[in-house]
Amino acid sequence: MDNFQLYSKKVLKHVKDPQNIGEIKNPDGVATVGNPVCGDIMRLYLKIAKRKTQKEKQEEDYIKDVKFQTLGCGAAIATSSMITTMVKGKNFKDAGKITNQAVAEALGGLPLNKMHCSVLAAEALQKAIKNYQQKQKK
Amino acid sequence: MLKKKIYLDYAATSPVTKEVLAAMKHYFSQDYGNPSEPHLWGQKARFAIDKSRQKIADFLGAKPQEIIFTSGATEAINLAHKGLIEAIRDTQNGKPHIITSLIEHKAVLETCQHLEKLNWAEVTYLPVDKDGLIKIEDLKKAIKPETVLISVMYVNNEVGIIEPIREIGQLIKKINQSRITNHQSPIYFHTDVTQALQYLNCNVDYLGVDLLSLSGHKFYVPKGVGLLYFRKKTPLVRQQDGGGQEYRLRAGTENVPYIVGLGKAIELVQQNKVQSVKLIKGLREKLVKGILKNQGVRLMGSSEKNAPHIATFLVEGAEGEAMLLLFSEKGIAVSSGSACTSGLLQPSHVLTAMGVPPEKSHGSLRFSLGKENTSKEIDYVIEIFPEIINKLRKMAPNLDIFNR
Ligand SMILES: Cc1ncc(COP(=O)(O)O)c(C=O)c1O
Ligand code: FES
Repeated sequence: MDNFQLYSKKVLKHVKDPQNIGEIKNPDGVATVGNPVCGDIMRLYLKIAKRKTQKEKQEEDYIKDVKFQTLGCGAAIATSSMITTMVKGKNFKDAGKITNQAVAEALGGLPLNKMHCSVLAAEALQKAIKNYQQKQKK
Repeated sequence: MLKKKIYLDYAATSPVTKEVLAAMKHYFSQDYGNPSEPHLWGQKARFAIDKSRQKIADFLGAKPQEIIFTSGATEAINLAHKGLIEAIRDTQNGKPHIITSLIEHKAVLETCQHLEKLNWAEVTYLPVDKDGLIKIEDLKKAIKPETVLISVMYVNNEVGIIEPIREIGQLIKKINQSRITNHQSPIYFHTDVTQALQYLNCNVDYLGVDLLSLSGHKFYVPKGVGLLYFRKKTPLVRQQDGGGQEYRLRAGTENVPYIVGLGKAIELVQQNKVQSVKLIKGLREKLVKGILKNQGVRLMGSSEKNAPHIATFLVEGAEGEAMLLLFSEKGIAVSSGSACTSGLLQPSHVLTAMGVPPEKSHGSLRFSLGKENTSKEIDYVIEIFPEIINKLRKMAPNLDIFNR
């Protein structure tokens, strides 16, 4: 019962109260991705910091803060909101493992024709990390 | 805060009213006979259908023999277009030509495409201007000797624009007079009045139409019943074969209770027309005024030539489905023509035909009014509208002007 809606309760909750909305001034990594299918835009900002790993006492980069801006449908908003909560505090190795399926699952599933919105969120994250790594090389 | 739900999606469908339900009730388990049977049970049902048909014929200024009950406008439209072309394609010199518009309901557009695919007809799709109006001049230019059918909707369901049906009817009448003297076959004229019935004059002679279709669920009848009016002598081949029901033009045991409901609802439309036009017009004016107070919002359609129950806006910097969800969360039902809202992820073909680029129709929002709406409800919608769009605009990238 109660499962009559197109979107899960979690998706609707994120649409109503999205997490980590906004902009990070002078971000360490940023990426804007667009969806050619329906014309939405998503931008993801990362603040990166260094910390000691527990075991080897080495230094690693991790995502200290993350924010997003999205112009798009309910699924686009919910997936961007969800992915920010999933990556916050993670190192790149773990953040890199977050697939769009994982985001969709964390939201209690998405309708089939809305999966591409989650692809966009995952793509924004990958590109923002890459953007940071490229900046480091310079 | 208002706890009551506010339904503003009457152009999609409407609730069944008490009166209609009461009229139908009798025919489910009491007078449930098959109208084709000569016994008392059957004849009671037959009588009920006939009565409903007569009421509807009176309303449309037609004869009862010119009304075919169907499962809705979609079926009526399919029957009108396919049935006519099938009936005349052998009598025609050359491939039959249909003229329709780019803003028709999918039922018309897909049916025309089907006929093209079968190679049974050639179709011209007329463009519309920025308000959604077709130009009579374009229509005149499109007419050729092979033209047998012109199909233009009365009121568009997405923006509410009223097409010049009577004017087209008069034009066709003139052309047909000379065609008949030259022993050519006439042009038949179809219009879909599904969104017009409650508010505009739908008399078939006033409009000058030969074929007219409608669905009941837009005016408080259950989903799944509608009709096709066809002017006497309009050639038509039935598209659903079987028994001899509906003057042998639509086989299948009649949906007696729903047909009774349709008749009752049309009777109510007739009784309440003046009053309900006034009420709904007033509510729409109020809504439009209130919504347009917000920046970056545009009203679609035309201010003079619009049906009173539909108001569609383009909102900059907010996506339609997201707005719809936030409205729904507040207990308000609205709709949108954005690509994200459609199952096929395509922007509304109507807005596209009106020259709206996809990134603009992305922010389309349709309010459609009905008889249950009140002035208080409109106040509430106007009050929370800025809240909703500002929330989404704050979320959106790169739209600094709106991030106040
Ligand atoms: C103008 C118009 N024509 C046709 C239809 C189709 O009606 P139905 O789905 O009941 O066949 C609708 C409603 O969706 C409509 O608004
Ligand atoms: S953003 Fe368009 S469907 Fe999700």
